[in-house]
Amino acid sequence: MRVGVLALQGDVAEHLRMLETCGVEAAEVRTPDELRGVEGLVLPGGESTTIWRLLHRYGLAQPLRDLADQDFPLFATCAGTIVAARSVVGDHPPGLGLLDVIVERNAYGRQRESFETEIEVPEVAGDPVKVAFIRAPVIVEVGSAVRVLATNGGRPVVVRQGQILAATCHPEIRGDHRLHRYFVERVIPRPWAFAS
Amino acid sequence: MAEQGTVAVKRGLAHMLKGGVIMDVTTADHAKVAEEAGAVAVMALERVPADIRAEGGVARMADPRRIKEIMAAVTVPVMAKVRIGHGVEAQVLQALGVDFIDESEVLTPADEQYHIYKHAFAVPFVCGARDLGEALRRIAEGAAMIRTKGEAGTGNVVEAVRHMRLIREGIRRLQTASEEELVSIAKDLGAPLELAREIRTLGHLPVVNFAAGGIATPADAALMMQLGCDGIFVGSGIFKSAEPARRARAIVEATTYFRDPDVLARVSEDLGEPMRGLDVRMMEEKELLQVRGS
Repeated sequence: MRVGVLALQGDVAEHLRMLETCGVEAAEVRTPDELRGVEGLVLPGGESTTIWRLLHRYGLAQPLRDLADQDFPLFATCAGTIVAARSVVGDHPPGLGLLDVIVERNAYGRQRESFETEIEVPEVAGDPVKVAFIRAPVIVEVGSAVRVLATNGGRPVVVRQGQILAATCHPEIRGDHRLHRYFVERVIPRPWAFAS
Repeated sequence: MAEQGTVAVKRGLAHMLKGGVIMDVTTADHAKVAEEAGAVAVMALERVPADIRAEGGVARMADPRRIKEIMAAVTVPVMAKVRIGHGVEAQVLQALGVDFIDESEVLTPADEQYHIYKHAFAVPFVCGARDLGEALRRIAEGAAMIRTKGEAGTGNVVEAVRHMRLIREGIRRLQTASEEELVSIAKDLGAPLELAREIRTLGHLPVVNFAAGGIATPADAALMMQLGCDGIFVGSGIFKSAEPARRARAIVEATTYFRDPDVLARVSEDLGEPMRGLDVRMMEEKELLQVRGS
C-alpha cells in the first residue's frame, strides 16, 4: 500500500517515518499526478496559511475536494486540520470544507503556551497517546457526522468523519505511531479498498 | 501532566517550519506582504542586515513596540533577534510572547565569550553556525534550531553554501568514526561527546537546520534545499529588491518545488532587479558578521 504525505511545507519527514513504521510505502505528494498515485494522504503539521496558498497555486485544492467526495482516506494533523475544515474563525483563508468542523487557530496562545501531554484515545490505543500541541488550533464546533475520538480539557482533539481522521495535535513529533497505524489499518481499508 | 517549554515542544515548532521561508520584516506592512506571499514565519527587526552593514553603529534588539505591531499584523509565528550573549534582551522577547528567538551575529554581540544559556527559556532559540562544531555547541546550550550563518546583508549565497557543506562534511566524518576516534573528533569539534555520538547514529543534526545569509533569488533558495537544508531564511533579499511581493512568492514556491527545474524556471522569470549584492572576497575580515560568536 502506498500512502502519501502532502509535502508542500511542514513536518513531512516525521509523518513519512511514522507511516513507514506502520509497514506501508510512504511518498511525498506535491502535484496532482503524485496525488493520484496514493491510496490515502496525510495532511501534515506546518503553517496552514502557507499550505493553503500552495494548494491553490499548484492546482491541488480541487482534486483533493473531488477525492474527498469519493471517500478518499485523509489523516490531518494540526495545520492539516485547519486546511481540511469547513470553516476557520477569524482572519484566515477558508478551509477546503472536507471535514465538518469549525476551528479557531492558535487558540491556546503563542508558542510559549505550546505543550506536550498524553491523551486517551480508546478506539485507537489502550494506553494514552503521547502528543504535542504546538500553536495548536481548537475545534470549536463539530457537525453531526463527526465522531469525537479524544478530548483534552473538554475540547475535541481527535475526530473522525467517515474516511477522514483529524487531530489538532502532533503524535508524530513524539514518535508515537498509533494514530498512523489506526489510519493505515482501520481508516484506509474500508470501504475504499472495495470501491476500487 | 501538560508540560510547556520542553525540548520536544521547542524543537517541534521548528519542524512545523520545515520546507518554508522565514522573511526579515521591519514593519507591519512588510509582515503582511510576507504572510500573503506564503512565508511560514517572519523575523521582526529594526533594520535589515544590508542596512545594518551600510549604516554601522550598534545593532540591538528591535523596539518592543515595533515587535508588537508586527505580532498584531500577522497570524504566522513571529521571530525576533537578540544580540549574542544578551540574556536580558531574550527575557524581554519571551515576555512579549515572541514565538522564536534568534541569537544572531547580525546584531552587535553583547558578550564576546559566552552565548545565552537557552535551556533556561520556554521560547525556542535559533542560532547561526559555520560548521558542525559551532552547531553542536549551540545545541548544547539549548538551541532548538540551527541555521547557516552565511554572510548576511550581502545577497551572496557563497558563504551559506560553504557553511552547509562544512556541516555536512562534519556529519559524514562522524558517521565513519570508530569509538576511539569519536572522542578525539569531539575534542576537535569543541562539542560534547554525547552529542557527537548522537549525530553519528542519526546521520543529521538532532534539530532542524535552515539556510541563512545571502539568499537573494529563487534559485539560491532551491540550491540550499538541494544541499540538504530544511528551509530558508531570507533577510535583505526580499525588501531590498525591486519587487518584494513577487520575489517573496517566487522564493516560497522555489523552496517547495526545489527539485523541479520547470517550476524554478517559471518562478524565476521577470522578478525585477534583485538586491545589488557584495563580493565577499573583496571584504575585509572586520566587515564580516559571520566571525561573531563561535
